[in-house]
Amino acid sequence: MNHSQWDWNVGKKAIADLSQWQNAFEWVEEPYASPDGEMLAAIVKTGDSEFSVCENGGLWENYFDKIWYLRFGPDNSTVALVSQDSMWTVAVGGQPWENRYDFVWDTRFSKNGKHIIVAAVSENKYFAVTDGAAWEQAYSFLTNLTVSDDGNNTAAVVQSIPFNSGDIFKFQQGCYTAAVNGETWDNNFLNVWEMNFSPDGRHLAAEARRTLFDYTIVVDGRPWDNNFSSVWKPQFNPADGSVTAPVREPGGWALARNGEIIWDERFLQLWHHQYSADGKNIAAIVAPEYGQRTIAVNGKPWSLTFNNLVTDLVISPDGNRVACSARAARKWLIAADGKRWDETFDMAWAPVFSPDSRHIAAKVEKNGRFFIFIDGKPLKIDFTAAWAPVFSPDSDKLLVKGIGGENEGQYCRYVFKLSALLV
Amino acid sequence: MTKRSVQNISTIPDEGIDKGAQRLTPDQVSRVIRRHLEEEGGARLKVYTETCVHCGLCSDACHFYLSHDHDPKFSPAGKVKQTLDKIIRKKGRVSIDFIKKTAEIAFTECNLCRRCVMYCPFGIDVAYLMLFLRRICHKLGVVPQYIQDTAHSHAATMNQMWVKDDEWIDTLHWQEDEARDEIPDLRIPLEKQGADIFYSVIGPEPKFRAQMIYQAAVIMNAAGMDWTMPATPGWDNSDMCMYTGDEEMVARLKKVHFETAMRLKTKRIVMGECGHAYRSVHDVGNRHLGWKMSPLPVMHAIEFYYELFKDRKLKVNQKYDAPVTLHDPCNVVRGGGLHEMARYVINETCSRFVEMHPNREHNYCCGAGGGVINCGPPYTNKRVVSNRVKADQLADAKARGAKTIIAPCHNCFGGLEDIVKHYGLGMEIKFLGDVIYECMDKE
Ligand code: SF4
Ligand code: SF4
Repeated sequence: MNHSQWDWNVGKKAIADLSQWQNAFEWVEEPYASPDGEMLAAIVKTGDSEFSVCENGGLWENYFDKIWYLRFGPDNSTVALVSQDSMWTVAVGGQPWENRYDFVWDTRFSKNGKHIIVAAVSENKYFAVTDGAAWEQAYSFLTNLTVSDDGNNTAAVVQSIPFNSGDIFKFQQGCYTAAVNGETWDNNFLNVWEMNFSPDGRHLAAEARRTLFDYTIVVDGRPWDNNFSSVWKPQFNPADGSVTAPVREPGGWALARNGEIIWDERFLQLWHHQYSADGKNIAAIVAPEYGQRTIAVNGKPWSLTFNNLVTDLVISPDGNRVACSARAARKWLIAADGKRWDETFDMAWAPVFSPDSRHIAAKVEKNGRFFIFIDGKPLKIDFTAAWAPVFSPDSDKLLVKGIGGENEGQYCRYVFKLSALLV
Repeated sequence: MTKRSVQNISTIPDEGIDKGAQRLTPDQVSRVIRRHLEEEGGARLKVYTETCVHCGLCSDACHFYLSHDHDPKFSPAGKVKQTLDKIIRKKGRVSIDFIKKTAEIAFTECNLCRRCVMYCPFGIDVAYLMLFLRRICHKLGVVPQYIQDTAHSHAATMNQMWVKDDEWIDTLHWQEDEARDEIPDLRIPLEKQGADIFYSVIGPEPKFRAQMIYQAAVIMNAAGMDWTMPATPGWDNSDMCMYTGDEEMVARLKKVHFETAMRLKTKRIVMGECGHAYRSVHDVGNRHLGWKMSPLPVMHAIEFYYELFKDRKLKVNQKYDAPVTLHDPCNVVRGGGLHEMARYVINETCSRFVEMHPNREHNYCCGAGGGVINCGPPYTNKRVVSNRVKADQLADAKARGAKTIIAPCHNCFGGLEDIVKHYGLGMEIKFLGDVIYECMDKE
């Protein structure tokens, strides 16, 4: 998304007063802030079995019997799953799609927010729907909805061959595959799990199981030549389109490209590998020894390890830095480039890099209050609720979104100059 | 004394075992076993199998042995002798019929309850050895049909009961609607990022016991908890692959479960009343993923209820009046030490408590655990006949006044239901959550 259109004027904007909403409605569900911070929205109960969404104090013009999964799209639109007369659809800014379904779930967005995709079922047949247009084919089972960056391609794991309940031998012949834009691959597998589209959306790679014991990666329906005792989610190298995945070998977990091991190192665990934008660096969450987690970059683990977990691996835009959130000795923390911030937290959210890759900000929670930290130091304001901070495109400012910073129940967006924060 | 059964329980037809075995050749059997012994038969296996002196001290610990009139075939060491000892001695050169018999013993004549470990002077873990055999059976494709089907469900849907993604969410909506008739502003908050608690359940709850989700929501609501449930796979904490020997799937299931908590940014996972799931998150699945402990705090319902009463978050209107006894589930008591917490909760909610004997970590298994009940109807009779001592133990508690059995574990609940019915005990069975829901102040 292009953030340059957003209001980057330094200062505070009071957007909404949640306590007023709480007085006005029978109930107000947990609120969401838009990516640009200009809007706050929450599902509210407006009457007997009647719900709407309150956006900056105003209600959607439509009311529904049920609403769930309210989210903001990357383009700042409010999107929720809504039901009227027991039929479900997607409502964008309160306007429901024309087509309705028995149920919809798993809302996804294209990166630019222009396309909205959901999984749907009607008359026991499952399919994906993009902007109200359903796949032409439907299946008896669908899971793991996957969407290309541009939102033009959708895929899901589907059941391609029927089997009777309890027919374990039929299952073991392979009754599942991936469907891309509704069309199944030619090959069937015992299971297909997590999948990824190539950056251009033209190829799909997936984790699959060919027998009860043989796991591999399948690209566009064709399995790698080699099998492994397990695999995790594959990724496409953005530079050359090759596919890599963590695979389990007798000596431990390793990274493989097109079926061949490319890292010399073996780990007790290796997953969530990610490429830098230029495809030159790969970072992954690894277990260098039993009970310890850390980050490895191009196979080399940080010397700093964490005894609970590592998650939210993020690579900087320039591809040279890696950050994550982690839990060690029962406390959450943020770490980057092999070093951890001094403070520990009750919870830490995914760290965010500035576009110039020099700074890291993160939302964290301590003693029931939410804080924004930048490069290891807290902002001088804390909240009852907060959202992930966003850097300005020139890496000069930081957008902070929170409720109760100064006045209880008041939602504000703040733009700070980094130079003022980092003194 | 409950009636004795003279039923013949020799080899039971099972398509998973019989048809699975038909696909095997003797060569394949010895090749797969030899490779398995090389790759996975480490020090622990060696120590256990070489240390046993066949003293028989473990025999009286095993409900199978006690219920079958001290037939040595059913003693822990006897089960190992008939199966693993021969496999090791013959270096895997055993017949296909031998594998079929081994599968039946490993899957249906041991609940992996670990009671025998406490009585062995060397601490030999026969449950580990039976699991080792189950893994061999898994690798040979000779697994009882019903539990293998459950393992397939786990693989296809990430839950135990073939519950589709939309059916899960729909069930939560439905239970929320039902509960709103009783408590108008009740919510089952879905996908609430940053909530304190991710409440996780086992597959059979949405499928057969949806009212337990309702009850949990009422408890969470009354206690003012900040909680959520995911609208994605990963909601199911159960793990039958742990019992079929499919360790790769165990890892996959626990990964999605723990990562669902990480994605939701919840500080802890609170599990419903299930014993084997507790074993899976605390002891087994975490290790298969390279974690010594669970990466995030995970609490069994017993610990959670204990916390709620201890912190005075829940109030009881009127205590449950029928005298209750408690069945200590193996996985959370012998495996997790939660027995005093369970008694604390009972003391808070029930007016009369009758201990069954033996109790706490010495309690007899329900006979359903370790995946035995999941091997399905072909083995139901064998399962209840093989746990006559449990019936005797319950009958004794009944004779001392107990009318209700509290079983804070789904498998135990199901297993005890079958025992109560088969032996005509006429006792009611409840989860702790049932009792709390009945007695609590819901305002
Ligand atoms: S683990 Fe339990 S069921 Fe198995 S042999 Fe030991 S006592 Fe018997
Ligand atoms: S008590 Fe231990 S040593 Fe004795 S027979 Fe049983 S397993 Fe073997």
